[in-house]
Parts: sequence; structure tokens; C-alpha cells
Amino acid sequence: MVHLVTELSKYLMIILFALYTYQCFAVLKRNITPEKQRRKFHQQIFYMYAIHLNAYVVLYLSTKSKELIVFYLMQVVYFTIVQLCYSIFYDRASRLVVNNMCMLMMIGLIVLTRLSVDFAVKQFQIAIISMAVTMLIPFLISRLKFFRNLSMVYALLGITLLGAVAALGVVSHGAKLSFTVAGITIQPSEFIKIIFVFFVAAMYHESTEFIQVVKTTAVAALHVIILAISKDLGAALIFFIAYMVMLYVATHNIGYFLSGLLCGCLASVAGYFMFSHVRVRVLAWQDPLARFENEGNQISNSLFAIGTGGWFGMGLNQGMPNKIPEVKQDFIFSAISEELGGIFALCLILVCVSCFLMFLNIAMQMKDSFYKLVALGLGTIYGFQIFLSVGGDIKFIPSTGVTLPLVSYGGSSLLSTLIIFAIIQGLYLLREREENEPVKKKPKKKKKKGGRVSHEETVKIHGTKVQNFD
Amino acid sequence: MKKQSKSTERKSKTSTNKNKNREFVTITYMFVGMFILMMGYFAYFQVFKSEDFINSPYNTRQDKFGEHVIRGSILSADGKTLAETIVDDDGSETRYYPYGNMFAHAVGYDCNGKSGIESMANFNLLRSHAFFLEQIVNGLKDEKNPGDNVITTLNYSLQEAAYNALGDDNGAIVALDPTTGKILAWVSKPDFNPNTIAADWNDIVSQTDGENSVLVNRVSQGLYPPGSTFKILTTLEYIRENPNYADYTYDCKGSITEGETEIHCYDNSVHGTEDLKKSFAKSCNSSYANIGLMLDKTSFAKLCDTLLFNKAIPSVYPSQKSSFVLNENSDTSATMQTAIGQGQTLVTPLHMALITSAIANDGVLMKPYVIDHTENYKGISVKEYQPSTYGTLLDSKEAKTMQEFMSYVVSDGTGSKLNGQSYQAAGKTGSAEYSNVKGESHAWFTGYASTKEKGSIVVTVIVEGGGAGSSVAVPIAKQVFDAYFNN
Repeated sequence: MVHLVTELSKYLMIILFALYTYQCFAVLKRNITPEKQRRKFHQQIFYMYAIHLNAYVVLYLSTKSKELIVFYLMQVVYFTIVQLCYSIFYDRASRLVVNNMCMLMMIGLIVLTRLSVDFAVKQFQIAIISMAVTMLIPFLISRLKFFRNLSMVYALLGITLLGAVAALGVVSHGAKLSFTVAGITIQPSEFIKIIFVFFVAAMYHESTEFIQVVKTTAVAALHVIILAISKDLGAALIFFIAYMVMLYVATHNIGYFLSGLLCGCLASVAGYFMFSHVRVRVLAWQDPLARFENEGNQISNSLFAIGTGGWFGMGLNQGMPNKIPEVKQDFIFSAISEELGGIFALCLILVCVSCFLMFLNIAMQMKDSFYKLVALGLGTIYGFQIFLSVGGDIKFIPSTGVTLPLVSYGGSSLLSTLIIFAIIQGLYLLREREENEPVKKKPKKKKKKGGRVSHEETVKIHGTKVQNFD
Repeated sequence: MKKQSKSTERKSKTSTNKNKNREFVTITYMFVGMFILMMGYFAYFQVFKSEDFINSPYNTRQDKFGEHVIRGSILSADGKTLAETIVDDDGSETRYYPYGNMFAHAVGYDCNGKSGIESMANFNLLRSHAFFLEQIVNGLKDEKNPGDNVITTLNYSLQEAAYNALGDDNGAIVALDPTTGKILAWVSKPDFNPNTIAADWNDIVSQTDGENSVLVNRVSQGLYPPGSTFKILTTLEYIRENPNYADYTYDCKGSITEGETEIHCYDNSVHGTEDLKKSFAKSCNSSYANIGLMLDKTSFAKLCDTLLFNKAIPSVYPSQKSSFVLNENSDTSATMQTAIGQGQTLVTPLHMALITSAIANDGVLMKPYVIDHTENYKGISVKEYQPSTYGTLLDSKEAKTMQEFMSYVVSDGTGSKLNGQSYQAAGKTGSAEYSNVKGESHAWFTGYASTKEKGSIVVTVIVEGGGAGSSVAVPIAKQVFDAYFNN
């Protein structure tokens, strides 16, 4: 009976999640009515709860632990409150981003429950606090105007905190990432990356003159160097890429972008020869099985998990994901792929891509260059972190030890990602206000053909027109 | 009118936004491209690369599959079932080996840690590629899926001939196809009964010490002094150093003395005046000790390294590294001993077979393999294993010379028992002394034979304490050749 339910659920969850993922992109269709869109979002919510219920039924049947029922019900209440809060207080926020946020957190909690109930409960506690804290952020972002004036504050804050970690931080897995205050371990780089984006956006909102570029680049380089010294390679890479993207978009100068990337490549090669911890990662990536006893162990185990799971997965509680070192954080994607299946895992990537597209969508729709850059920077950070985390787990790129936002275990990671999502929602609220503001300046360009432009602003993303929805 | 002006504003706003957004679109495309590549790699990994990882012996997930799959069968190339799982009415499973000891080391056992093909194909056997709807139905009925079958390259009649030819002696026989690397026969004695090994395990482990254990797969794990079979390597080195090797002559008086070292020919035979080819064919120790003294030891060591000494040889079974320790500081005695295959040199029978295989295949070594393909329980192929080249160990001219020399061994030398058959045979015999007691030696033969119709086959034989290679090992090899070509 248990086996039967597990087997059936395996396929059912894949189908439900595939439908959910399909809706993520179906709502972007060009000629969709708001009515239809709303229906699709409701369908998504249905799929989400169905997957969640399905997973917990399987987990309950295979463990017979009554606590799981209570835990499940608490989660249902939690996600329902989140959904209600957004639809009552922030009805102008992006429903798709809210749904994806909840979906990713649900998957995270399901997998963490399977890996270790204790960790899942901890994660859930953090999720409650984080959500309470971040619920105000969309409102603040849409009302307060001084964020663009604090560039020096951001720079000082970022450098000081990063420097403090480099000097005083606790070494874990060969990297200095965190310090502990009052029993809570904090990983400051998770938060500094948001401050960093605000810093760069504020600088380039002021001016994109050469001298401003030099100043900003110097501060940005300092961030990256401190992170590299702390051996936090993943974070250093994320900061670097985010900066290059923002520099390119702010200055419209592809030359900066390309020369920056070239410098990045040279620095990586130098890093390879200078630092053994970089070499170890590359060696493990080249041939993990040959180095199974040492550096290749983690990635080999990850690939055993992904390969053994195949397209349909082993079913919840049927695999051995706990064999992978660090599975709850850096390698949670492998655990998902092993037990829920390769198709499910691909859908997960697509949901993350959907979030990324929504971040870039708002960046394009905003008119204020400060907020455009903020959305772009946050989108880049989010997107690139997905790429590093999943790419490392599947041996597409060398592993950099980065968490999968909203899914992986970890308080700092979860809170900082929720802040990012909340800021983005704030921008969706702001956009609505921009729309309604009277246009003060007269347009300089004269129209060529009148009356044929559609009422809604549209932007092209990847071949499909993306609408302002909601 | 008002309406139109509003639409003008919209239009211009949209177009400036579009210009402003060009870089945003570039970045979006870039990231989407990265994600598509990554997802493509994920799919590529699942379809093409995942087998390499799931089949790894490090992958402890394998046994989990046994909970839902009935282990598949192992078959010989000619369709005989070598191992199968029998399910009783009450659902209990027994692994059954119809030929008992005959395939013990080749097929291995499926308990106490696993060995042989049972170990290397563990995952293939525990996976089911039955039609997926059937699998879903089985899953719902809580019934196990039938696992995939493994079809080996092993030839039943050849294995039987080799197994019987070795008789009650300890030793090893390996036969492979030099043009593909297919392992055709793999016999190691002493052996065990895989049907009762679980029950016998404690006896096996307690009664025998490490090296002599029946569990040692002597073909790839047994290290033996190569004896005169090593003269293949000494000859190669001499040919490389002396392009005019055909001019070599030596007058054999039955022994050679250099300093305090005296080396005798086998049975103290006196071979008289001989060139290199005849020295090889007659396996003249005096002549080869003499050659050994002329060789550049550094270059000799290099040659042995390229012929896979002191390194892991390509082997699908667990294998030992052969060792060759001669260097420029070695003394006269060690040099003379090494040149005739005594001294400290140690080889595995598989290694000897691979060297022979490279010679027979004009210098190119094919990687040995024993799994030909896997198929689902209905016989639909799942994965085919193709022959693959390990590398070129010798240039083809050297290989041709060695072929000529080894043919001469059969026509005019120690391998004459193979002369005048329906097939063309070539090889080298050896009698490797392994203790201080004179006359106690392992009997060696390594060689190959071919006909136009059936291609070629390499056979390497070692009989522990068997005596002379020419009288003990050659007849055993002959039985294997006969079984291959005359059936």
C-alpha cells in the first residue's frame, strides 16, 4: 500500500508540477485577458497545495509520524496567510512572483522534511520570522524615496561587514563565511549583496561619467577581493557578475562588459594557479570518480543521486540523498532530482527562470533608472545564484558551494532571498504608481504613426511579449 | 483630439523605453541562454552520462534497487545462462549458477561483497528496462520488475575446454580476441562454488591466507615471475637498440658466467651457435643473459613502462600492477637474471596476455572487456559495449618482427607441440623458477593462433609448479586453441 501510494504520487507530483510550470509561462502570453490570468494563478495555487499535500501524505505513510501532520497543517496555514496578505494588502504585486515564492519554499520544506525533520522545523521557524519581517518591505519601497541617496552608506556598510567577516569570521569548509551573534549564525555576504546592488544603482543613478565609473568600480573590486580572500568563491563570483551586468546596462558600453569579463577570466586562471581551494574544485569537476576518495566525493555522490533517480525519481524516502555531503544546503537540487525525478528538477529550474524573467520584466518596465538598476541587479544575483548552484550540482560547472535560494536550508539565505522578492514586489507596486502619475515633460520625439500602439506597455523577452499583468 | 495626444505620449514613452531597454534584453537573452545550456546538459547527463556514474562501484544506492527489481541473468556469448535468480513461490530469491565452479572467477558471486561480473554489472542487473507501462503496473501491484540481462563476451565451450585443460592444477588461463579485446575465457584455480559460497564463507576466509586464497582471481591478481616469456621484452629492447639485430650471434655452451653469476640453460641444454631468432625459439638463457648485459638499463626500464609494467593495466577485473625494478644501478647478477625473466620481475597472466595481444594486433592494444551488451528481459538491447583502443604499444614493424619470432618458436622451438595444426600458432614458453629448490617452476605459455575464417585468439596459460612450459603449458594452450578452431 505504502509503495503503491509512493509510486503513484511520484508521477502525480511530476504531472502537477509540470502543469504549474506550464502556467508560469502561459500567463505571459500576449493576448491574455486579466480574467484568464487570474484563473491561471488560481490554478497554480491549486497545483501548489496539491503537490504539498501529496508529498506530506507520502512522507507520513513512510514514517508514520503524527508530528508530520501537525507540521503539515502549520505550513498550510502559513502559506495561506502569505497568499492572503499579498492579495489583501498588495493586490498590485505580481501574483506570479508570490506563487513562485511559495512554491519554491514548499519544495524546500518538503525535501528538508525528508532529509531531516529537525532542520525542516528550524527552516520553517525562520520562514515565519522572515516573512513577518519582509512583509513591510514592499510598502516601504513604494513609499520611501531616500534609498537612492545613500550610496556612501551602502559602500561603508558593505566593506565594513565583509571586512569584519574576513577578519573574525568562523572558518567552515575552508571558507570564512559567517559569524555567530547570540547563538544565531549569520552569513553577512547574503545581505551585503543586496546592499551592494543598491550601492551600484545609487552610484550610476547619480551619473555614468567616467570618473563615477572608476569610483564605483574601485569599491566593487574591493568587495570582490575581500570575498576572494575569505575564500567565499561563490559570493565573489555573484558580486562580480552582478557588477559587470549593472555597469554594462548603466553605461550602455559593451566594451566595459567584455573587458570586465576578460579580466574575470584572467583572475580565475590566476586563482587556479595561486589557490589550492580553487584547484581542488576544478579537479573534482574534471573527473570526480577518479578522485572519489578525496575532493571528488561530493560531486560524485551528487551525480550518483541524480543518475540513479533518473527522469522519474526514486520516490520520496526511497533514495539515499543523505549520502551527499552538504545535501541540505549546496546540493539540495541533487536530492530533489534523486527522489522527485529529473523532470521535476527541470521544472524547478524553469520556475526559477520564471522568477528571473519577472525580475527583469519589472526592471524593463520601470522608468526610474535607480529602480531599473536595482531590479536588474537583484535579478542578476538571483539568476546567477541559481546557475551556480544547479550548475555545480550537476557538474555543468565546478562547484562553488552556493545555496539554491528559497529551497536550500539556511536562515541567512532564506531571509535575504525573501528580502529580494519583497523589494521586487515593492517595485511592482511602484510601477503602478508611475503609470498613474501625470507625465510632466512633453515628449521630444514626434510620433510617426498615431493611434496604433497598444494601450499596454510591452516588452519582448525571449520571443514572447510580456505584458504588464495585474 | 485629447485622446490622440495621450496616445502620442504613450507611443514615445514606449519607444524610449525600448531604446533604454536594449541592454536589458541582451542580459535577459544571455541568462536565458545560460539556463537553456544548463538544462540541456542536465538532459544530456541523464541520457548519456548517467550510466557511468550509477554503475560505479562507489555508488551505494545500487542495492536499493534490489527492493523493486529481480536481479537479471548473466549469459555467455553463445547463450548459456551462467547466473540467474530463481524466485520461490513464497517470493524468496536464490542466485543460481548452473555451471558451479567453472565460471567462479569470471562471473563471481553476489554476496559477501560481490566479485566478478556480478560486481561490475551489479547495477545493470538491478535495473529494469521493461516497457514502462508494465513497470508502472508492477509498481502498483507491488510486484518486482524483471531486471536486465547481461550478455558477456565469454565463450562457453572455450571456458569449458580451458577449465578442463587446467585440471586439478592451480594456475590461470585467459583467452581474448586481440582485434577487439573481448575476453573469451577466464579461468583461475583454485576456485570455489558460487552456489554455496555464502555458507562456505567462514571456512574460506579462515582456512587460507591472503595470497593462496581461492578468492584470488589469479588471471589479473596473481603476480608471478615471468620466466622465459619475458624474453619477448628483452628481444624488443635489443631490436630497438640494435637495428642490425639480425647479425647477432652467440655460441651457447649450456651456461654463462659473468663475475660470480652463473646462468644455466634449461636442463643444461647446449644450443651451440645461434642468432637472435634461434636464441628466442630455443629460449636460450645463456644467450639472453649475454644480451641483457649489452642493454641500456634505463632504456629497458622505459620500454617496460610503455608495455604497462609498474602501472595499472586496462582490466575490467580488479588487477595487480606488474613490477619491473631494473635500473642503471642494478648489478650484473640482477641484470642477467632480469633478462631471462627471473630476478625481481613479476607479472600477472592478464598483463602477459595483453602484451601478446598487442603483438598479434600489429602493435595496437584493445581494451579488454567482458560485457558485450545488456538487454531487457524480453531481449531488447539496452546498452551495447563497443571495442575500444587502449593505445599503440609497439610500432607495427616491431610487432611484425615479434610475430615472426613467435611463429618460429612453434615451427622450430619450444612450442613445437602447436606445429602443424589447422591454425597458425605462435607464442613463447616459459618455466619460471619461483623457489630456491632447483627444478620447481611455473609452466608458462603466452601466444596466439589464427585462421582466415575464425580470426585470431590470444591464449595465456600459467600452471603453478607445473614444470616446463613446453611440455605442460603448451598442451593446455593447444586444447584451448583446438576448442576454438576445431568446433
